[in-house]
Amino acid sequence: MRFQNPAEETAMPTYRIMDADGNIVDNTRDPQSASDAEITQWYRNMLTVSIMDLIMFDAQRQGRTSFYMVSAGEEGIAVGSASALTPDDVCFLQYREQGVLVQRGFTLKEMMSQLFANKDDHGKGRNMPVHYGSGKLNVHTVSSPLATQIPQASGAAYALKMQRLINPNVPPRIVACYFGEGAASEGDFHAALNIAATKSCPVVFVCRNNGFAISTSSIEQYKGDGIASRGLGYGIDTIRVDGNDIFAVREVMLEARKRALEGDCKPILVEAMSYRVSHHSTSDDSFAYRAKREVEEWKRRDNPITRLRKWMEKKGIWDEDKEKEARASIRKQVLQEFSAAEKVKKPPLRAMFEDVYEEITPEVQEQMKELKRLIEKYPKEYSSVSQYEGGIKTLE
Amino acid sequence: MFACRRSSSVLRALKPTAIQLRHASQAPSTAQLNKPIDFKKTAILHQSQTSARSAFGLSQDAPVDWVNLHGAINASLHHALKTDENVLLFGEDVAFGGVFRCSKGLSDEFGTSRVFNTPLSEQGIVGFAIGCAAEGMKPIAEIQFADYVFPAFDQLVNEAAKFRYREGGTGGNCGGLVVRMPCGSVGHGALYHSQSPESLFTHIPGLRVVMPRSPSQAKGLLTASILSSRDPVIFMEPKVLYRAAEEFVPRDPYTLPLDKAEVLKTGKDLTIVSYGQPLYLCSAAIEALEKEIKGLSIELIDLRAIYPWDRATIMESVSKTGRAVVVHESMYNAGVGAEVAASIQEKAFLRLEAPVARVTGWSTHPGLVFEKFNIPDITRIYDAMKRTLEY
Repeated sequence: MRFQNPAEETAMPTYRIMDADGNIVDNTRDPQSASDAEITQWYRNMLTVSIMDLIMFDAQRQGRTSFYMVSAGEEGIAVGSASALTPDDVCFLQYREQGVLVQRGFTLKEMMSQLFANKDDHGKGRNMPVHYGSGKLNVHTVSSPLATQIPQASGAAYALKMQRLINPNVPPRIVACYFGEGAASEGDFHAALNIAATKSCPVVFVCRNNGFAISTSSIEQYKGDGIASRGLGYGIDTIRVDGNDIFAVREVMLEARKRALEGDCKPILVEAMSYRVSHHSTSDDSFAYRAKREVEEWKRRDNPITRLRKWMEKKGIWDEDKEKEARASIRKQVLQEFSAAEKVKKPPLRAMFEDVYEEITPEVQEQMKELKRLIEKYPKEYSSVSQYEGGIKTLE
Repeated sequence: MFACRRSSSVLRALKPTAIQLRHASQAPSTAQLNKPIDFKKTAILHQSQTSARSAFGLSQDAPVDWVNLHGAINASLHHALKTDENVLLFGEDVAFGGVFRCSKGLSDEFGTSRVFNTPLSEQGIVGFAIGCAAEGMKPIAEIQFADYVFPAFDQLVNEAAKFRYREGGTGGNCGGLVVRMPCGSVGHGALYHSQSPESLFTHIPGLRVVMPRSPSQAKGLLTASILSSRDPVIFMEPKVLYRAAEEFVPRDPYTLPLDKAEVLKTGKDLTIVSYGQPLYLCSAAIEALEKEIKGLSIELIDLRAIYPWDRATIMESVSKTGRAVVVHESMYNAGVGAEVAASIQEKAFLRLEAPVARVTGWSTHPGLVFEKFNIPDITRIYDAMKRTLEY
């Protein structure tokens, strides 16, 4: 009689191409599958997310937006994995994957419109800040309930597979689904991976293991070998990767995408190891539950932006002057879009009632009239109505 | 849960024959009102081909078939799968035909990539279906019993209902989604095979909630839900009627509106509003009372669309009659009847001759041996109507 003791098993290895000093340590895989120009763009995209984070964090502190979540330390996972996707691939995000959107072409203006919930926001002002979405880029709008997107991603991937069976002219597509290691404790994670395996769905699950779910550290989240060890139990091809190594993340994603589409399709699980150097959100002070020195060590020692920069400098495609120019121009662009978005009106009040169903119901039509009546009767009580595009007229 | 589900299947396999059933369920000899519904005589069902044809505005030679509820649902699913390649049907045990035979023959004809079993996880089933619908498919997710929809509540309430709203201008939506589930009492279902959770879904903007009363209604409403609707639909099937309710149903496909009530019987003295299985009891109670009181004329309305519901039809009726009774199986507090009664009070206040009465399950759980005293029956409906008229 032999019980298998998980503590006695060897931990799954972490795939890495480039070390913390920007040196290539795995020559079996060519990081130069992308051009210098592409790699430079990844770097600029990571910088964009990082600079945006600094500016918006301060803006929230000044009360100019209601909420913000930075993704410091995890830019490499987002940008690297997104660089391996095609425009037709479909993405489901959690909330700390701004880099996926930026890499896919989401503009600063689109981001600012969402953060300020103004009339240009795709989400029509209905979602909290950082709940981005884009129909054009095939990125579904982020929702707050954790892990709900994971079984949805399985179903979406099955739909893409069926649609290709129906019409072979449709290009092969996968779904990329992102979540944190805390969200992996939700029941939806279990449901999703199981059905993705039994129905052979072309989906790549990307788990950002950054060591914390708000204040809860990994040792309070699970006792097994991370999230990757679970993939095998569902019959899913799984790999663990160094989340601070953008080359490794990208190569893993390229391979995962290829495998997901082979034969009758199948799901893949990627666990990207990282560290959340920031507070969870603007509503959290993380030094209440972890030492400041711990964070500073990670910041100084290793992060995806620093690591890629070292590699680029060794290769001679980046230098101090380029760094200063890039930071200055990105910062300027961010501040420009910030300033512009802050001045734009809020969406029409009508948007409060639309899109609940495809059509506005008779019940809601009555309620719109009632709200209009109240605003007309008590103009002083509802004076902010002038900030909404079209004012009271949109309630007709 | 699995063991319980399985034992239920075994129980069904041991279902008494018609003769035994009739004997076992025969009311005490003293009962005058609470007699078993005679489904071959009730006015709720189309007992003749002519009745079915005229109800649907068909010509005298249009083909109609004698069908029960699960057969009508099967016909609707078959039509949808045949008509639109984007239609999928999945859930627990649907591949072999489903535990109530609603999907009989469908996986053989359309293949297991379109009609298939999922792992046993309700939140997985609904989450998976939302994802399919988000990419343009029309998934029909089956929850084996309405009592087990609650593990999927977060996916339905926080996701399906809000998907289009939060996506806004991106155009994303899961309008193609239909979630079917057997519901309601069945004589011996106890706590977890008897529930009627429709009122919980009526408090969620973004979901349509529909319940049919008969085979012909089910066929039209389900086909509309799958092929016509662009909103997620919760489709609830009164399981006690799966085999019991049989009527003539038009053979050709058709749809029925998902937002309209139907006046089943016109009247001038009292309005009864109900939906699903209790309509048969209402019909029997009305027949008894109208026989007893000469000249009495009671209007019976099938709500059908539980939410968004048809306020206009109900208000028009109550404005005419001046009295209202609402009947449903699920419990009293915050039930559908509460919403209907409050709306009648708001819109028809000056016309009301009596308080709106509600005949519902009591505020308790559906205990096994107490079902007969818990769910609304003919006597209770009769009494409520009589007291409302005497007020």
